[in-house]
Amino acid sequence: MHPARSIILFTSLSGLGFGLLAWLGIDGDAPTGWVGFIFFAIAYALACGGLMASTFHLGHPERAIKAFSQWRSSWLSREGVAAVATLVVMGVYAFFLVFFGLQISILGWIGAALAIVTVYTTSMIYAQLKTVPRWNTPLTSALFICLALAGGALLSGRVLFAINLLVIAAIIQVIWWQQGDTRFSESGTTLASATGLGSIGKVRAFEPPHTGTNYLMDEFMHVVGRKHAQKLRAIALVLMIGLPILFLLLPFAHLFALLAVVSHLAGVFVSRWLFFAEAEHVVGLYYGKR
Amino acid sequence: MTTLPTSTEKKLGLVIDLDTCVGCHACVVSCKGWNTENYGAPLSDQDPYGAAPKGTFLNRVHSYEVQPENGSAAQLIHFPKSCLHCEDAPCVTVCPTGASYKRVEDGIVLVNESDCIGCGLCAWACPYGAREMDQAEGVMKKCTLCVDRIYNENLPEEDRQPACVRTCPAGARHFGDLGDPDSDVSKLVAERGGMDLMPEQGTKPVNKYLPPRPKDKIEEIDILAPFLAPVAEEPKGFLGWLDKTLERL
Repeated sequence: MHPARSIILFTSLSGLGFGLLAWLGIDGDAPTGWVGFIFFAIAYALACGGLMASTFHLGHPERAIKAFSQWRSSWLSREGVAAVATLVVMGVYAFFLVFFGLQISILGWIGAALAIVTVYTTSMIYAQLKTVPRWNTPLTSALFICLALAGGALLSGRVLFAINLLVIAAIIQVIWWQQGDTRFSESGTTLASATGLGSIGKVRAFEPPHTGTNYLMDEFMHVVGRKHAQKLRAIALVLMIGLPILFLLLPFAHLFALLAVVSHLAGVFVSRWLFFAEAEHVVGLYYGKR
Repeated sequence: MTTLPTSTEKKLGLVIDLDTCVGCHACVVSCKGWNTENYGAPLSDQDPYGAAPKGTFLNRVHSYEVQPENGSAAQLIHFPKSCLHCEDAPCVTVCPTGASYKRVEDGIVLVNESDCIGCGLCAWACPYGAREMDQAEGVMKKCTLCVDRIYNENLPEEDRQPACVRTCPAGARHFGDLGDPDSDVSKLVAERGGMDLMPEQGTKPVNKYLPPRPKDKIEEIDILAPFLAPVAEEPKGFLGWLDKTLERL
């Protein structure tokens, strides 16, 4: 799959933003006043920034409002509805916290639940696709939610939670990569089943439909960069998990906390880039590529 | 509404004969022509006369080489591919805006272009590569089964079928109701063992492909051969002497 910058930004930033909102929602002693304002501003900037980025890849962003209508069948639509619901509920919660120092815990808990649901719906946009075997697993959702919560814990300064969640995220990420490497061949979709010609003998793509490229090949057949996949996986793990844990274990300083967050976010970007770049769509079979 | 209908009154679709297709790409050209001049946004091209031409097509013809297991001669099979108007169309249910839908009356899968936001998720969900985002218009394009031809009473009756079927010079493409077991296309599918593409994806495609017929074995059936038996088995005369002399050396 083509690793579009807008979608990598969207899933990474909004995941982190909603993760932070979830922690702020269940915080028994949530920050109020200016401190509260800064925390919520960061969370909203990340969540909304991500959502805004996601509209950049649309052909007609001016019609985006229509995407809230099909929540009965479409995970993308559900994602939009859940995101707006989270932002509204947490907005009311934040308003009372910041301006009146009043914590309405029930709103916080509802908002936190909605935030996690939002990250889940984001993950399901990808996990639902049978056409991309690497994504088509519940582990994709587990990975997205765990990374969002870990990043949120990191941003809200919950050292113990952050370390534990980062370790869990690392384990899920490694399993997801390993299983992902064989999921395409396990899916049973081959050039033989794609063409139905396997009953005659061995099928080979002889000639593509056109000499040039096309939308399908640009969107689904991204082979550049897979060469360095193993190195990039290691880099992602070090940046996303290793360095942040190291910074958290050092004696507390705001600089270390900032470095932990920056390193984590950079690692998530690399991981998300691989998420798309390594994913193989079954349509590639028709072109003799993957 | 992007929830799928539980059943459709008809299942209009195509039957493509892989035994007959000669790979001339006439269906590709007629499809592009009709769908550029008629329903919806035109099928644009990018850099059509330049170094890297690229464009939107609703029908593309691949070619595959198949090497039979028994070692007989390899076959070249031309393979036209367009939307299969699946009964369980994954492209429809993923659509967030309701732009994609499957018609209850005839099962055709269509895109309402004024509702399409161009998110591309339907193309991701389609295993067949049947949907292409038009790069000029920013909306998703797909085969309409020439919905603006098949019901069009302004056209002569013989033209009321998809452009690709109407134009095919080899008669490799057939159009009809695959939901009716007595239709010509259904009979053809039953007779020739019509097959689904990627059945494991669970999309239940309406369009069917007729597999290439097994190739005949070429056996020696030269009826003139007995009359043309070699006259002289052993060379005689000068050639005979030369043969013997060279043999002795």
